[in-house]
Amino acid sequence: MSANTLSQHYADQLQQLQDGLPGAIPEWLAGRRHGAAARFSEAGFPDPRQEEWKYTNVRPIASKPFVAAATHAPVAEETLRAMSFEGLDAYRMVFVDGRLRAEFSDLEDLPGGVTVQGLADALASDPDPLEPLLGTLAHDRFSSFAAANMAFLTDGAVIRLGKGVRLERPLHLLMVGSAGDPATWSHPRVLIQAGEGSEATVIEHYADLEGANGFTNTVTELRAETGAQLRHYLLQDHADSAYHVGSVFIQQRRDSRVTSHNVNLGGRLVRHDLNVDLTEPGAEIDLNGLFLVGGRQHVDTHTRVHHASPHTTSREQYRGIGQGHGRGVFKGRVLVERGAQKTDAQQHSANLLLSPNAEIDTKPELEIYADDVKCAHGATVGQLDETSMYYLRSRGIDAEAARGMLVFAFADEVLERMDLAAVRTNIERRLAARLPEAGAIDVIG
Amino acid sequence: MLKINNLQARVEAAEILKGIDLEVKAGEVHAIMGPNGSGKSTLCQVLGGRDGYEVTGGTVEYMGKDLFELEPEERAREGILLGFQYPVEIPGVKNIYLLKEAYNAQRKHRGEPEADTFQFLKLVREKLKTMQMDESFLHRAVNVGFSGGEKKRNEILQMLVLEPKLALLDETDSGLDIDALKVVSEGVNRLRSPDRAIVLVTHYQRLLSHIEPDFVHVLSGGRIIKSGDKTLAHELERNGYQGIIEEAA
Repeated sequence: MSANTLSQHYADQLQQLQDGLPGAIPEWLAGRRHGAAARFSEAGFPDPRQEEWKYTNVRPIASKPFVAAATHAPVAEETLRAMSFEGLDAYRMVFVDGRLRAEFSDLEDLPGGVTVQGLADALASDPDPLEPLLGTLAHDRFSSFAAANMAFLTDGAVIRLGKGVRLERPLHLLMVGSAGDPATWSHPRVLIQAGEGSEATVIEHYADLEGANGFTNTVTELRAETGAQLRHYLLQDHADSAYHVGSVFIQQRRDSRVTSHNVNLGGRLVRHDLNVDLTEPGAEIDLNGLFLVGGRQHVDTHTRVHHASPHTTSREQYRGIGQGHGRGVFKGRVLVERGAQKTDAQQHSANLLLSPNAEIDTKPELEIYADDVKCAHGATVGQLDETSMYYLRSRGIDAEAARGMLVFAFADEVLERMDLAAVRTNIERRLAARLPEAGAIDVIG
Repeated sequence: MLKINNLQARVEAAEILKGIDLEVKAGEVHAIMGPNGSGKSTLCQVLGGRDGYEVTGGTVEYMGKDLFELEPEERAREGILLGFQYPVEIPGVKNIYLLKEAYNAQRKHRGEPEADTFQFLKLVREKLKTMQMDESFLHRAVNVGFSGGEKKRNEILQMLVLEPKLALLDETDSGLDIDALKVVSEGVNRLRSPDRAIVLVTHYQRLLSHIEPDFVHVLSGGRIIKSGDKTLAHELERNGYQGIIEEAA
C-alpha cells in the first residue's frame, strides 16, 4: 500500500473508467489502460518520501477533486490568437482541456509522407498502427502520473513522418486549459514518430484561458529513427493557478539528432520529467531549459539521459531564475552504460536568485560505468554579479535598467539557442512581463 | 572641473588614500604614476563610486557638484567615464546594446531625443574605424572572449562614443603590445579638446610618449608626493620610483 492512498474521489473515477471502457477499443489498448488504471490505483500519487519527489510535494494536486472537463468549452478565436506566436508560420492544432478542436486547427498542405491527426480520431478510425507507439516508451511504472495519463487517455496528437520527409513549417500544438468549477484535469498525449532521415519541428505549447485552475497531465513519446532530426519545443505558460505534470520520453536511433527547448514560465505547481534514451551510436541530444519561478510558484524539472550506446552525445544547459517566494528544482541525471565508450555528456545548470525568499535546488547526478568518456557537469546558484552591475552603471545605465539587462541576458543565453525567431521573441516578451523584480527590461530581437 | 581636496579612503580595514589633493581643469591631461599598491586604482574606484570603497575624509568637487552625492550612473551621465583596468565580461549583453543604452541614457539626461538605430550605427562605425575594430565586435557579448588588447580598445571605443568631459583611464596601457598601444593612444588623443580633461593612471612611462601629459603626479603611500610637467615622467623612467620616494621622505 502506498503512503499516499488515492482519495475516494479518484478511486471512484477509476472505477467508473474501468466499468466504462468502450468495448470497441482494441484488446491491446484495453489491456494497457486497465493495467495503467490498476497501477495508478495501487500507487496513488507520489509522496515526498520517494527520492524522485523529494523536493516536490504534489499534495495540492492530490487533494483536489479534479474532474474530467466538459467536452466543448466555449473559446473565442481572439483569445487563441493572443496565445499564438506572432509572426510564426506554422501548422496548428488547438486543444482545449485536452481535446482537439478542429475548428481552430490548420493542417492544410501537409506534405506527402506526413500524418498529423488527433489521437481520439486515430483511435476511432484506425487504432492498430498506434500499437507500437502508444505507451511503449512511457511505462506505467515510470510514475503514477504517466499511469493516470494512460488510464484516462482521451485525446492528443499523433505525428508520423515518413522516411526522408522534411516538414518545412513547424507544427504548433496549442494546448489550452479553461477555468472550471469544479476544476478539471486533462491527459493529453503526444506521439511523434520521426522516420529515417526525416526532419521536423514540433512546438508543444501549454497556455490557459483566464482564471484557469485545472491540472494538465501530459505524456509525450518521441521516437527518432536513424538520421532523423527533431526539434521539440516544450513551452509552459500556464495561468498562475494551474497545475502541470509533463513526462517526456525520447528514444533515439543511430545518428539521430534531437534538440529540446523546455521553457517554464507559469503554473502554480509544475513538474517535468525528460527521459532520453540514446540507443545507437551517433545519437545526439541538446537539452536547453529555462524556468522562472516567482510568487508562490513551484517548478521542478528532472532530466535523465541514458547513454546506452558508444559514441553518443548529450549537451544540457538549464537555467533557473527565482524571485518572490518562488521555488525551483533542477535534477539532471546522466547514466553512461559500461559499453558506452566515447560518450560525450556535458551538463550545466546555472541559477539566479533575485529575492532572498526564492529558493532553487540543483542536483547533478552522474553515473558512469564506461572509462573512455568525456563527461562534465557544473551547477551554480547565485545572485547578480556586482561587478557587472557596477560596470554597466559606470556607463550611465541606471541600476534598474542594468539589473534588467543582466537578468534578461542570463535567460536569453538559453533562449538564443532556439532556431525559431518568432517563438524566441514571443517568449522573451512573456519572460520580460513576468520579471517585475528584474528592473526595466527592454526586449530587443 | 575636478577638485580633489585631502581625499582619504579605505577598502575594508585598510586605509589606502591618505590625503590626496589634485585639481584638474578643462583641456588638461594629467598623468598619475606610482608603484604598485600606491593607491592608483583605489583613487579611480572612489571617483567612479564603486561599493566597498569608503571615503573617510576630504571632498571631491566635479563641475561644482559634490561628487559623492552622485550615484555611479549619475557621474557617468554628468560626463565622467572610467576606463577599467580589467574591463568586465558580460555574457549575453551585446556590445552594441550596451553602447546604445549608455549613449541614450546620456542624451536623455541632457534632455535630447534618443538616437535611433540607424543614426547610432553610423556614429559607431566611424569610431570603430579609429579603434581599428571590426564591426563584428558590436555583435559580440561585452568583452566576452576578447583578448586583453581588444578589451582595452573596447573601453576607448566607449569613450569615443560617449565623449566624456572627464576621462579617467585606469592602467589602460597594461597588457597592450606596441601596436595596440598606438591605437589606444590615438583614440585617447582624439578625445583631447579644450573642454575635456583626461586623467591617465599608469605604472609606466611608455604610454606618456604617445599621449603627452601636461602634468605628472607621483602617487606613493596614498599621497601625491611630487608633481611636475612631463619631464617628471622621464626622470622616473631614468631613476625609478625609489629615488623620488626617498627624496620626498
